Amino acid sequence: MKGIILASSLLVFAGAALAETAEEKGLAIAVEADKRDQGWTDQATTSKMILRNSQGAESTREIRGKALEVEGDGDKSLTIFDTPRDVKGTAFLSFTHTLKADEQWLYLPALKRVKRISSSNKSGPFMGSEFSYEDISSQEVAKYKYKFIKDDKFDGRDVFVIERIPQYKKSGYTKQITWMDKEMYQPLKIEFYDRKKSLLKTLTQHDYKKYADKYWRPGRLEMINHQTGKSTTLLWKSYKFKNGFSSRDFDRNSLKRAR
Amino acid sequence: MKKLITMTLLICSTPLWANEWSGNISFETKHFSKEALSTSQFKEYGSVSFQPEWLYEWDGGKQNITFVPFSRWDQHDEKRSHSDIREFSWLKVFNESELRVGLRKVFWGVSESQHLVDVINQTDLVEGMDGEDKLGQPMINYALINDWGTVDLFILPYFRERTFPGVNGRLRTTYHIDTDNVTYESSDKQNHIDYAIRWTHSMGDWDIGLSHFNGTSRDPAFTTTPALDNNGVLSLRPIYYLMQQTGLDLQATKDAWLWKAEVINRSINNDSYNAATAGFEYTFYSIFESSSDVGLVMEYLYDDRKSKATTPFEDDLMMGVRWTNNDENDTSVLVGVIADRDDSSRLYSVEASRRIAESMKLTIEARLFTGIATNDLLLSSFRQDDFVQVELGYYF
Repeated sequence: MKGIILASSLLVFAGAALAETAEEKGLAIAVEADKRDQGWTDQATTSKMILRNSQGAESTREIRGKALEVEGDGDKSLTIFDTPRDVKGTAFLSFTHTLKADEQWLYLPALKRVKRISSSNKSGPFMGSEFSYEDISSQEVAKYKYKFIKDDKFDGRDVFVIERIPQYKKSGYTKQITWMDKEMYQPLKIEFYDRKKSLLKTLTQHDYKKYADKYWRPGRLEMINHQTGKSTTLLWKSYKFKNGFSSRDFDRNSLKRAR
Repeated sequence: MKKLITMTLLICSTPLWANEWSGNISFETKHFSKEALSTSQFKEYGSVSFQPEWLYEWDGGKQNITFVPFSRWDQHDEKRSHSDIREFSWLKVFNESELRVGLRKVFWGVSESQHLVDVINQTDLVEGMDGEDKLGQPMINYALINDWGTVDLFILPYFRERTFPGVNGRLRTTYHIDTDNVTYESSDKQNHIDYAIRWTHSMGDWDIGLSHFNGTSRDPAFTTTPALDNNGVLSLRPIYYLMQQTGLDLQATKDAWLWKAEVINRSINNDSYNAATAGFEYTFYSIFESSSDVGLVMEYLYDDRKSKATTPFEDDLMMGVRWTNNDENDTSVLVGVIADRDDSSRLYSVEASRRIAESMKLTIEARLFTGIATNDLLLSSFRQDDFVQVELGYYF
């Protein structure tokens, strides 16, 4: 009798799983990924971007970043440029939002001027790199509609392949295909399709490490633009969590004294 | 125990202080295409400037000292060969306030064509005719940070006089400015203590600033009849009057539109007047599927003193196009014109810049004066001064 109950409840579960549509499954994975990455509160990072043009000529940018987790909306971030030396001290403050336009301010140290800038260029290049503003801004569940495609292997690891459609109307992409690691719930690879639905860029994320016993962060990102032949490597040199930042570290006053 | 040692090492390896030098050296050459109005002026000017910056930071970034001296040598203009301390200040950050003491530069406002609201720092006019370069201003600045905005209080204990090109310099007034014989309205002269207060806040798409200044105006008036200076050259003498100025600056950021306005009321020398700048900047992002952006800028410049205005922009229109390539070299070009609506005076400008090596930046600037009305005393002195300037900056 007990066995029958167990068997039938298993059947019910299997039935529920079968009834789940590809969209529901895609969303469930995104929600799980978001849930696993919650509670990091704040982080401080240092990173280096290596830009390569189609001839392979390189230029670099060194960047420091601070970010504050905001529940129920996009995060707040402050980005400071150390190199190229002519833009040293230039700082960028961003309040990201899931579906409406972000709020962005730029601090120009030579003029001591804080400029509110338009955030309509979410699809524009970040610091001349192959990363756009929307690629580097915080990933929120509501930013996309999801569709599970298949289970697969990538680099010997089990992954979910998920299609996601940006919901922000000024996104530079019509769709993205992500290869999401089943253990970490972090993407190993993302393909970006432009407004004409052709493959524009491929991002791969490498050298994942676990921080604060919970949060997986990549050590290296490789973005290749298939249409221009340009590429950008983003090296994350350090991550530091729970620095005790508050919204006070992300206002126009802190922007003016960002170093 | 071992764990504790490791932890201590980890903590110590994160620096709680920083001590760093940076800065730039720039080589500049300026070519004037037309013959000068005066025989004491030249057609080619070479110049070198040096601006190091020292930052010492401690208290986990809550305190720092910044020191930015500046020095320029000019081939012909002895007044342009000059030095200044742009910044030498101490900063202390508190939870809900910030204190800054020392020589500093402050910028207020939103417009591109002129900066009416921005009155704290004196203009270092020998550096450039656009007035964007400023002298370091001694100040005590206390900022109170609230949910309803930031209130900045300023005590400005010392006045800096404006710099002017020398007899051998170009882009100067026809009569040379005699900076050795200066008159002040206040009997305290340069030691008059000025005060200012400013409130700034962001509300959604809106950024707002409201300010009041009480002290000696940074913009001098001039004696109307020329007199001999210490070297026997016929010159005009600057007069610095006391003023009260209230200013409002507003920006609305609506998608690709930036709507901007600055309005001031200034009471000075028994007179009161209003002036304003208002306009927009609209950007076409990623034009023709490229990474380039093209921005259109338009601003209207107004001064209700009309022809009695002490600036040449009393009823003028500024139009500009900004091209940003968003490439790895940060290539950008700004082409603009300021046109007087009442006469044929036009001031054209081109500014282009590009990084040409990892630490090297090339900047080209050109200005063209056309149809300058002879009764426009300020601009008519520049009527022969069309120029192209090439600057190569090395950054370290």
